[in-house]
Amino acid sequence: MPSNAFLLEERIPAGCHHAFLLKRGYALRLTDISGDGNVGLLAFNADERSERYNMADTLKAQHTHKLALGNVLYSDMGRPLLSIMGDSFGWHDTICGTTNGAMIEATYGAQDFQVARNDYYRNGRDGFLMELGRWGLGRRDLVPNANFFSTVTVDEAGNIALSEDSYQPGAWVELRAELNVLVLLTTAPHPLREGPTYPEGEIEAGVFWAGPASASDVCRSACGENQRGFENAEAWFALPEGGPKA
Amino acid sequence: MSTLLRQETIRAGDPFMARIEAGQRCRLVDTEGNEAVDTFFFNANDSRERYSAVDTVRRQRNVYLSTGTELVSNEDRTMLTIVDDTCGRHDTLGGACAAESNTVRYAHDRKFMHSCRDNFLLALLNWNEDFSKRDLGPNINFFMNVPLSPDGQLRFADGISGPGKYVELVAAMDVLILISNCPQLNNPCSGFNPTPVEFLLWDA
Repeated sequence: MPSNAFLLEERIPAGCHHAFLLKRGYALRLTDISGDGNVGLLAFNADERSERYNMADTLKAQHTHKLALGNVLYSDMGRPLLSIMGDSFGWHDTICGTTNGAMIEATYGAQDFQVARNDYYRNGRDGFLMELGRWGLGRRDLVPNANFFSTVTVDEAGNIALSEDSYQPGAWVELRAELNVLVLLTTAPHPLREGPTYPEGEIEAGVFWAGPASASDVCRSACGENQRGFENAEAWFALPEGGPKA
Repeated sequence: MSTLLRQETIRAGDPFMARIEAGQRCRLVDTEGNEAVDTFFFNANDSRERYSAVDTVRRQRNVYLSTGTELVSNEDRTMLTIVDDTCGRHDTLGGACAAESNTVRYAHDRKFMHSCRDNFLLALLNWNEDFSKRDLGPNINFFMNVPLSPDGQLRFADGISGPGKYVELVAAMDVLILISNCPQLNNPCSGFNPTPVEFLLWDA
């Protein structure tokens, strides 16, 4: 996807938050320019916002705890919200959630606005709440998020660790909307990232038109579960305004 | 000497909800073995504070729950601690079954089978109509075996629990416990044969 074809573009500094309203068929390309970035992501069905990204349903439907090319992000209503139609990274985290203020201070030290102005150390929870609040949502809607550009491995005993593979300058991922989707992002550091230096890199975010998933789409055809999930998403649009198309 | 306050049998496929005061101890018994017990918690005094699977995993740096695990809320506070566990390992990443996810995981014609989320919603709305689906998040599956592999896979495996195995928790705050005794018949989480579980509550 060439970046000059973006219909909408934003560069999000580390620690900040942003939202995209992606109608079905549009896709969001995220690029971790520095390699030290992390993008926490929540997603909601914009037409019925009680429907939202569900970590557990995403994992068990696809028998995975990592997200990569061909995976989808399932809602709690059996429909894919976003599908990973392109991915240079390989293993995005699903099981660590985000940071709060106390965690950031413990890892990076105290750096508030009064002292540091807009270089203050922001955290993921506050960023998500500020973004949720913009859209009439709240604490109840802050569910476990996905973390793009962070790889978290699990050993045989269940111990988790942030992998060095997370550092991939220029890594990108493309997320196509399968419903009309409200995407909320925080670029605060991953909860397992070590201090003492707060990250500085930007995330490049661009929206382009991908069109609906084809019959042979890599996400749709990844497994029988996803085929049924796409059928469920298509059923959401089975009753268009003004009656069926001729 | 602690006093038994309550003892109830939760029949296969049934919901259950109860209040547990700070300092009280509860036990869940897998009476016949291999029964998944989908369980969730709220702060009894502020239902916006609820159990958080990812904060629990992140704080202990491990995906499995057992003796010593602190069950952490979305406010990063300890809600309860697992103080005894004769099963050895419990899941918190598999979530609850639902009509909609059953259509994805198995077949469209499984939509009308009974599910944990229906139990959760029924128990919550009977308790207090201010609750809604928005209040739910990934729960704990006591006695359920969901191994994660180093290459990134996750699967629902045969149970490691057995008849009479139990888990005990002590509450660090006043909580509401929400249970669905899992009715899932499509995978081995309840050994394809859901059975009753026992809930016991002591004052200490």
